Amino acid sequence: MSKDNQILEELTSKEYEHGWSVNYEADEAPTGLNEDIIRWISAKKEEPEWLLEWRLKAFRTWQSMTEPQWANVHYPKIDLQSLKYYSAPKQSKKPKNLNEVDPELIAIYERLGISLNEQKRLQGIAIDAVLDSVSVATTFKDTLGKLGIVFCSFSEAVKEHPELIKKYLGSVVPMTDNYYAALNSAVFSDGSFCYIPKGVRCPMELSTYFRINAANTGQFERTLIVAEDESYVSYLEGCTAPQRDENQLHAAVVEIYAGAHAQVKYSTVQNWFPGDKEGKGGIYNFVTKRGICAGDHSKISWTQVETGSAVTWKYPSCILKGDYSVGEFYSVAVTNNYQQADTGTKMIHIGKNTKSRIVSKGISAGKSQNSYRGQVQVMKRADNARNFSQCDSLLMGDRCGAHTFPYIDINNPTAKVEHEATTSKIGEDQIFYCNQRGIATEDAVALIVNGYAKEVLNQLPMEFAVEAQKLLALTLEGSVG
Amino acid sequence: MLSIKNLHASIEGNEILRGINLEVKAGEVHAIMGPNGSGKSTLASVLAGREEYEVTEGEVIFQGKDLLELAPEDRAREGVFLAFQYPVEIPGVSSTNFLRTALNQVREYRGQEPLDAVKFLSLMKEKMALVEIDQKLLSRSLNEGFSGGEKKRNEIFQMAMLEPVLSILDETDSGLDIDALRIVSNGVNKLKSDKTATIVVTHYQRLLDYIVPDYVHVLYKGRIVKSGTKELALELEEKGYDWIKEEVDSAATV
Repeated sequence: MSKDNQILEELTSKEYEHGWSVNYEADEAPTGLNEDIIRWISAKKEEPEWLLEWRLKAFRTWQSMTEPQWANVHYPKIDLQSLKYYSAPKQSKKPKNLNEVDPELIAIYERLGISLNEQKRLQGIAIDAVLDSVSVATTFKDTLGKLGIVFCSFSEAVKEHPELIKKYLGSVVPMTDNYYAALNSAVFSDGSFCYIPKGVRCPMELSTYFRINAANTGQFERTLIVAEDESYVSYLEGCTAPQRDENQLHAAVVEIYAGAHAQVKYSTVQNWFPGDKEGKGGIYNFVTKRGICAGDHSKISWTQVETGSAVTWKYPSCILKGDYSVGEFYSVAVTNNYQQADTGTKMIHIGKNTKSRIVSKGISAGKSQNSYRGQVQVMKRADNARNFSQCDSLLMGDRCGAHTFPYIDINNPTAKVEHEATTSKIGEDQIFYCNQRGIATEDAVALIVNGYAKEVLNQLPMEFAVEAQKLLALTLEGSVG
Repeated sequence: MLSIKNLHASIEGNEILRGINLEVKAGEVHAIMGPNGSGKSTLASVLAGREEYEVTEGEVIFQGKDLLELAPEDRAREGVFLAFQYPVEIPGVSSTNFLRTALNQVREYRGQEPLDAVKFLSLMKEKMALVEIDQKLLSRSLNEGFSGGEKKRNEIFQMAMLEPVLSILDETDSGLDIDALRIVSNGVNKLKSDKTATIVVTHYQRLLDYIVPDYVHVLYKGRIVKSGTKELALELEEKGYDWIKEEVDSAATV
């Protein structure tokens, strides 16, 4: 056991890889949060009147709301008046295409290993690059446009496709859904919008890469994905942030609409700065993600690999409204040092013969706390609803915690709901066995953890899966003996 | 190749090995026998570098290097292989993936290029035949749901892949039926050469019908109390361990 502790002490020898920041001239909103700021943001983005009204309505509702306290996370109260709600790199004029985007901004993404050069991309992944409060570039717009697919920044969508935004914005996550969603609705700055027309199978992965650069700025982005009947899209989201001593707030909203026979696959690799090994700094990641399977036989699948953030509060959910619709949630959440994660899902069965599947793999190391919180709700008319939930926890060392909070609410006697949960520790026997075959301890941990998380990692698109595997290994470097 | 001098080791304060002396040369097969609790498996574990055991005295030189100074993975990379009595399960990690990671780390240590997927698979095919192991088994999670025989066969397959200099078989015969025993032994025999050595730790003589030892040592109360040739194993089979215990215990009381 002495070795166990010794190696635990050496924990997190590896620094956060994306902790750098750059200086660029920014266009920032004044510090603070009030109606004037919201008007300022809306004006900055040249928004139509209805959207400003929408924001203000959200803001007024938000003012009467209180921060949720039920999550198993602890952090000092965030002073929302001390934040800036808009920060954008200054660009002399709005770029019309990729060639006009400031090379310095392109370089930021190059440094993150994300090429915005369409020719250089390995294979079909279209990217929307969001830096602080704005989208700086979107690739492959023309290629996708030919199929009628819209993939652009949210701001652009407001201008170019107001009818779609008007119809779907807030339709899955109402502006008053919860404290953070309401805040987001009031101050959101940018994000991605994608629209897949009826019967179209999106030929490439669509991806948004979120980067927070500015200090003292909250990032509030909004993503809206609309998949019309019989369409298909796979969407990826990646996130990183500089290493800063103070905590930064990230409160996003993601809404997904799936029509009849439509399929949406949403994958996230979340690698926000988790704070240093003393627990200083890091991102507060308070995110509302929800999809509605509106049409019959539709399917929404969430896959998330959560390695970053100081505090995570996130429950990607599915409303299974259409008959025979399917919701899936695959999650690996890793916490190390002083990270806290309270994450899970909600599966709300409304339609008949709806099915949901939840596979959650928590990995806790250091002094971190990792909670799974999930709700399975079967409504009265949801005949033959099926749910299978599997929640596994893997512990490393003896100073971390793993918690499972499953809520099951069944209102239909034909429902079949299964819940399995396991907790295990990485065994010294397993590590010794690997060592004896010539595998170093760090690599042994990576191997064992990746094996443990395999069922979830398998759900990720190829390129992301490789990144996620490396990330898992990196996050847990040195965390076990 | 391997020289063990006055090796003492304990676990949680209990001394298990109390002065082991053993010389193993290239090309030799040594059998370590003895009653239960005599320290046979402890010796195997200490040589492989298991952390729970504390070496309190003595030295182990392996090919000119102080083995006890090396981390377990470096011992493996130097060519020490332990076939486990109870192979460990690693869910979600296929044998193939596991072995490729292991082999390439060993190769890197030895200054060799890592094997690409094609070369690795052809090497695997070659070694699979040697131990009559099914490819299907290797695409499954390592040891998970394997039968006793499959686990042991997989150990010998890993041994074939990693080409160790010194192989230590810890009770490899336990839990094997006669057919599996034959297959496993054949594998071990095919892997023997004049440059490698094998230490066979076993309770029963049965395995030694298949893997014929050059020397047989009897371990009792943490010491090698008797050494001989394969005839000693036959004698033990016939007479049991009691006569040796009596010899040792009465000598100790004098």
